[in-house]
Amino acid sequence: MSLSTTPAPATPPTAVEGVHRFEVFARTGHADPVSAAVTRDALQLLGIKAPLLSVHAKHVYLVQGALSAGQRGWIAEALLADAITEQGVVGTSAIPGGARVVEVHPLPGVMDPVALSVELAIREGIGQRVRVMTGWRYDITGADAEQVQTLAGKLLANPVIQRVSFEPYTPGAFPVGQGHDQVVRSVPVTKLGDEELVRLSRDAHLFLSLEEMRAIRGHYQALGREPRDIELETLAQTWSEHCVHKTLKSAVHYAGPPGDAVARRTRPGTTAKPDGSAVIDNLLKRTVAAATHELIAEGVDWTLSVFKDNSGVIALDENLGVCIKVETHNRPSAIEPYGGAATGAGGCIRDVIGTGLGARPIANTDVFCVADPSGFAPGDLPPGTLHPRRVLTQVVAGVRDYGNRMGIPTVSGAVSFDDRYIGNPLVFCGCVGLIPRHLVHGQARAGDRIIALGGRTGRDGVHGATFSSAQLEQNAADEFGHAVQIGNAITEKQVLDAILRARDARPAHAGGPLYTGMTDCGAGGFSSAIGEMGAKLGAEVHLENAPLKYAGLSYTEIWISEAQERMVLAVPPRDIEALRAICEQEGVEMADLGHFGTEKAELVLKFHGSEVGRLSMHLLHEGIPMPTREARWAAPVAKATPAGTPAPHVKDALLALLATPTIASKHWIIRQYDHEVQGMGVIKPLVGPGMRGPSDASVLEPVPGSGLGIAIGCGLQTPIGDPALGGDPYQMALAAIDECVRNLVCVGADPARSAILDNFSWPSCNKPENMGALVRVCWGCYDGAKAYRTPFVSGKDSLNNQLQYTDPATGAVRVIEVPFTLLVTGLGIVHDLAHAITMDAKAPGNSLLLVGQTPETLGGTHYQLKFGPSLAPGMRAIPQTDLARGPACARAVSSVIRAGLVRSAHDVSDGGLLCCIAEMLIAGSTAGASIGARVDLTAAHRDPLLAAFAEGSSRYVLEVAPQHEAEVLGKLAEAGVPCVRIGQLDASGVLTDLSGVLSVVVNDLAGAWLAPLDW
Amino acid sequence: MTTRTTDTGSAHAPTAPTALIIRAPGTNCDVELARAFTLAGAHTNLVHIDALIAEPGLIDRAEIIGIPGGFSYGDDIASGRIVASRLRQHLYSKLRQAVGRGCPVFAVCNGFQIAVQAGLLPGPGVGQPWPAEPGEQELSLSHNAGGRFVDRWVPVRAEGASVCVWTKGLAEAFADRPEAMMLPIAHGEGRVVARSPGVLQRLSASGQVALRYGRTPVPSVPGQLVALHPDNPNGSSDDIVGVCDASGRVFGLMPHPERYLDWNRHPFWTRLPEGARRGDTPGMVMFKSAVRAAREVMV
Repeated sequence: MSLSTTPAPATPPTAVEGVHRFEVFARTGHADPVSAAVTRDALQLLGIKAPLLSVHAKHVYLVQGALSAGQRGWIAEALLADAITEQGVVGTSAIPGGARVVEVHPLPGVMDPVALSVELAIREGIGQRVRVMTGWRYDITGADAEQVQTLAGKLLANPVIQRVSFEPYTPGAFPVGQGHDQVVRSVPVTKLGDEELVRLSRDAHLFLSLEEMRAIRGHYQALGREPRDIELETLAQTWSEHCVHKTLKSAVHYAGPPGDAVARRTRPGTTAKPDGSAVIDNLLKRTVAAATHELIAEGVDWTLSVFKDNSGVIALDENLGVCIKVETHNRPSAIEPYGGAATGAGGCIRDVIGTGLGARPIANTDVFCVADPSGFAPGDLPPGTLHPRRVLTQVVAGVRDYGNRMGIPTVSGAVSFDDRYIGNPLVFCGCVGLIPRHLVHGQARAGDRIIALGGRTGRDGVHGATFSSAQLEQNAADEFGHAVQIGNAITEKQVLDAILRARDARPAHAGGPLYTGMTDCGAGGFSSAIGEMGAKLGAEVHLENAPLKYAGLSYTEIWISEAQERMVLAVPPRDIEALRAICEQEGVEMADLGHFGTEKAELVLKFHGSEVGRLSMHLLHEGIPMPTREARWAAPVAKATPAGTPAPHVKDALLALLATPTIASKHWIIRQYDHEVQGMGVIKPLVGPGMRGPSDASVLEPVPGSGLGIAIGCGLQTPIGDPALGGDPYQMALAAIDECVRNLVCVGADPARSAILDNFSWPSCNKPENMGALVRVCWGCYDGAKAYRTPFVSGKDSLNNQLQYTDPATGAVRVIEVPFTLLVTGLGIVHDLAHAITMDAKAPGNSLLLVGQTPETLGGTHYQLKFGPSLAPGMRAIPQTDLARGPACARAVSSVIRAGLVRSAHDVSDGGLLCCIAEMLIAGSTAGASIGARVDLTAAHRDPLLAAFAEGSSRYVLEVAPQHEAEVLGKLAEAGVPCVRIGQLDASGVLTDLSGVLSVVVNDLAGAWLAPLDW
Repeated sequence: MTTRTTDTGSAHAPTAPTALIIRAPGTNCDVELARAFTLAGAHTNLVHIDALIAEPGLIDRAEIIGIPGGFSYGDDIASGRIVASRLRQHLYSKLRQAVGRGCPVFAVCNGFQIAVQAGLLPGPGVGQPWPAEPGEQELSLSHNAGGRFVDRWVPVRAEGASVCVWTKGLAEAFADRPEAMMLPIAHGEGRVVARSPGVLQRLSASGQVALRYGRTPVPSVPGQLVALHPDNPNGSSDDIVGVCDASGRVFGLMPHPERYLDWNRHPFWTRLPEGARRGDTPGMVMFKSAVRAAREVMV
């Protein structure tokens, strides 16, 4: 690796050329919270309570250049160390007696944002051009060699991106990488047989199916030449599952059990076959998208852009739209959770920036699905996987560091735990933005320049799109380390600042934005971004014009690198100079890569004047074969569980449920996110006087002072779709949509102005049973969106979420599939913020009302997951969502909230009614002052177990002042919605049941709920 | 190089003071800070630090200066380090002159971290002139005692005896409704550490400690961690939230008053009685006080 050449610095006579080492650490006598935190994590990881173990963290800076003694002193003392709390030394500080050293540096080519800033500061401070590498040194005392190895491998470093040494590391010179020769290569394809095609696809990391490889072979046979390497790579990127969603867009042949009412409902594009099976001609188009288009045809007139762009857009008011996108970043997060989650957030933010002619991001969301950390000892992990505690800690840190630095509040999220996510955690990153309505649509024009803004291109992130379309295997970290990246949020913030200035540089009547179209460089890098923008026009690209992080990249690497923080703009030639001026002022690098519009609308790729690739846009975007996929579904039978285990006491069950990680407080995560930046937060993620209540959704005021709000929430009901529990993905989709709508309604949003998004994370759909589950979940999305009149405006699927590994004990090949997972994210309008409400119990004397019907089953509940064996078989069916009652409940509850009749509202979901009330009481209390409640469970259901712990859809608990109770009950009855009074708040600080079966102090409930994830 | 002038103000009189807001790569609280100054009656002018270094005379025309929050240059090396180093090198003397003519300066969160390293806070002792070069650093904002970033609203106490023009009248305005006196923090490095116990004593005695966390002070020794207290979430010495210079015009603090300009930003406004949500929020009171102070100097 080598940086692009820079003029040699004027070297002072006493300067010493070489790599100079600096260390910075807490001054003796000063507190050292960074070391204390690492020590705490180390003790936790090793599972020991060793008061003698301590880790002393030292920041290391390696500076390559010619520096005099005075300059070295300035760097150590004035630049790097704090004047009061820290000590900066030149060279290597002494290793304390008995200490073992672990030193960690980024591998060559891995983004090191701090290094870039130090280079800038040294250049400004002393006028020297140097190269910098940063790192951390950990002096560990009180641990043996084996423990230090464990800490290095499992806590302090990730070998995928970092170099670990067990002594201070000061190289003689920074590593220099190997360049590629730049010979144009053809790949022989036209004469290959099927088996050879399959092998080529796998070995070259193309991850194309045999049918797709055959289509390519056919195309080049007709052309009478072999494809060039860059052409094949472009096809692989563009045709990847990640980019084209080929599974969801395929025709499907579905065979299910006879007499299934779900399959027999009339839906568009579905043809019944004589044998009872059905063919759907394009799954996504005929389900998720069809629901939206039908709703629009039926009069839903507030969507502005659906499915076409990088995010979906709905109307906020007559001037502004709100856009929303949720992405998955599962594979990178599995092997490098910090970088994977951070770049997931960064990518989704770019999707919002790159919507239409540019949106300003105003909020982020994050949802994680991970294995339960308490379920795995460090030694029990399947090979190649990271411990779930580390995964969760690191994905949180990644989202935190990216969102906080960008200045975008992370306002909504969830964490769901299931051991089947052990090798393949799910990371969903969402972003919400604000866009002027007249800028919702952009389109590049022939003759526009292709302008890249932002980060430089490097080898990092090569093959991310194809990697994310493959299943994970235990050696993924070795094979795909290059697909993983570290982000640089500040670069992206600078790009955002520049784009918003270019967007607003001129009013609409004077020409509007300085560009006609824009998209972000995500999966597939330039190949996808330019390929998409030029799909109808063609494009000519001069790859040597892309600014590089270091020399030696092949033209193919430049073309497909997914290096972060890059946007592509289509800029009319007359606006180039105005854009360049803005970029210079904002410190954003800008490069002219070529132009849109070629004679035959082809994609023409050049490198230093020679043509290295020429592709038909038609082949790229229309040429992918879409074979009919086989889908099968059998009504699942819940696994038999031994009956007769005694049921726990209701109080013990409640405390245990509050402490299950999926339900327990996520304050440890939420508090690390800046959820207030931009100053728009009206309902925060944590509410109540102790600021600890789990808000159903967040509410922002996108235009401060306007009184108009948006609510952001989600629904995730994985157990309802789990065949192992007798679940059905169709019902899971309905339950997730219902939950998402409930969450929005509970904070004051209008369900008639709420849009939703779908994110599927599925195991391999080459298995007909998984494809069958996918068909059913899509049917659920269609039926649910239609019934609730909530259009899907965007979405994203992630398939092949499964880990394949060889069991070291038996030698058997094992596959762990993730549970079928559908995240539904919702965005709802709050017409008047004065009517936004929170879920914390407000005042003694107020009544608690239960809206909705308590189901007759405990199937799919957290109670079942925790105490399954004690359940009678008749209690194990999964609950069904009633598509008439669910929307009616949402409308009715929303109308009483928006009439100002409700003091607090909370949806009944994970854990059931008692957990719901417990959360309201915890939220309404502080450590010093507790509110209590006296409830009559029999009012909810005659069976106390169902009353307490049934979950099911469409239920809410409302707190209503006595003077409004009759009015609320009357309005709900008028709407035909079941509603009963189930209790009253009091000042006791205790939750009691009238029958006397339950009496538990709210402080104890709070303790159980707050403790498990208080990391 | 041209400068970017963004006047977010609407219908202010030409005599309204102009607030110069200095932004840098990674600054991300500039828009809400501009809104605060606008609502308080000032014009605003957001200027990139590169443009300001190219044209330092802009500082001479500023009547208020704001250094907003964010992650300037990624907070690489340490929070605010690179902007502070650039201010010391290029703009210190202009900033010192502005303070000398009575220009209120607001340094919030990352801005506070910058100000203590750039020699702007706590400034010279009472009656002492500003030195020609930045003096020895007396305060640091170090890693939170908990070792990580914290976002939460915290109760704060305005020190009645403080000379700070920004917090003037704050204690009296909210004496009857202490639950309104909260501010949101969001930082990883907000623990106030003084060079010596003497510095803390001097700041206290000269009325330069303008705001403290919580309602009960917890005395501490510099450099030692105080026991973590929910009302002092970063372990700051003497529960210090914010300090001003001896003139009371340069004010630095970790929490964000600019995120609390509307009553429905309060963390539990849905349960506050209407009467507690009357008039200006504490955040608004601060910005109005400073704009008033700026006007007095202009007249």
